[in-house]
Amino acid sequence: MHELSLAEGVLQIVEEAARREGFRRVRSVWLELGRLSSVEPEAMRFCFDVVTRQSVADGARLEIVETPGMARCLQCLEPTAIAALGDPCPRCGSYQLQVTDGTEMRVKELEVE
Amino acid sequence: MCTTCGCGSDEVRVEGTALAHEHEDHRAHEFDRAHDQRAVMTHAHASEPSSARTVSIEQDILAKNDAFAARNRTALRERGIFALNLVSSPGSGKTAMLEKTIVALAGQIEISVIEGDQQTSHDADRIRASGARAIQINTGRGCHLDAHMVGHAIERLAPGGGSMLMIENVGNLVCPAAFDLGEAHKVVVLSVTEGEDKPLKYPDMFCRASLMLLNKIDLLPYLDFDPERCVEYARRINPGMGVLRVSARTGEGLDGWIEWIRQGIARARANQVEAATAPGQPHAARGARRAKARGRSA
Repeated sequence: MHELSLAEGVLQIVEEAARREGFRRVRSVWLELGRLSSVEPEAMRFCFDVVTRQSVADGARLEIVETPGMARCLQCLEPTAIAALGDPCPRCGSYQLQVTDGTEMRVKELEVE
Repeated sequence: MCTTCGCGSDEVRVEGTALAHEHEDHRAHEFDRAHDQRAVMTHAHASEPSSARTVSIEQDILAKNDAFAARNRTALRERGIFALNLVSSPGSGKTAMLEKTIVALAGQIEISVIEGDQQTSHDADRIRASGARAIQINTGRGCHLDAHMVGHAIERLAPGGGSMLMIENVGNLVCPAAFDLGEAHKVVVLSVTEGEDKPLKYPDMFCRASLMLLNKIDLLPYLDFDPERCVEYARRINPGMGVLRVSARTGEGLDGWIEWIRQGIARARANQVEAATAPGQPHAARGARRAKARGRSA
């Protein structure tokens, strides 16, 4: 699954930060995952545990903050929250929506020692 | 999988050869990793007070892949190469469409192909037999191509200026969606033997594709598939998506696909000249004109 590649990506970022900031151990990793992003949080947790074994982030807690999906309705021209791609505008029912937020996958911060 | 550049250094093979790593920061990374491991062991034996702190990162998880993709995109633009990322479920007819396309454009447009599969070089062999140059990437257990692998393949393949590059991704409607390869467009191939509601079930992929090729339309008389409903579902997910109905087997609809390709190639060649003749790049203009002339005669 591609969450394995993404978890490897998180580990790379953590290891680069360890070199830069000089910390030896990671207590927790805070991720921001958009509701409309292409990552399944539970799959991410599983893969994170696997790839961080014997690394500077071995045993670190993975904290996931899910951010809401937002879109602009091209029919009623109003911003609206959406739970998933393909949902209609809750106001006017149109499917002509332009996603504006909620697709991000970021490493926000680390708690280290 | 390589934890520096994201490719499976022990699994990913390009034309049967494992990817070589020559990145300077990769060597530095290996040294630092060994150093850190020794430091962790030393620390465990000392009793020091806890020095917990927060380190702000604010970095996209896919930043490395996106950087490789940007490099690929720049290299392709500088050579006026029109690159497509073909995605679909396994068995939709991507390779058959490529074979037909290569034959249709033979002697007019140079086409190079990067093939992605977990194992075998069957698809690259088929492409070569139809008359185009091809390079096979085997991902091993990997489920998608990424920009680093494709960057290596582009270097090995060295497509000519003003030519077309087709990247046939691993058959998978889920994972390849997240990984930009540096292409001009993603083209999703959906066959009428699949469900009409595929676009609703796999919105991420259909959202990111510029064009849907609805393939195997020669089989419609034998199926209950409603193409209008399928197109409606696709446009629900992606209102601006182009749709072309084709049959790789009979050639129906191929003209429209070839015309779409020709327009993309013309745009790529125009972008190359524009970039090369931008202020501050006097010598690039000569190179771009030469590359453009080579592309026309390909």
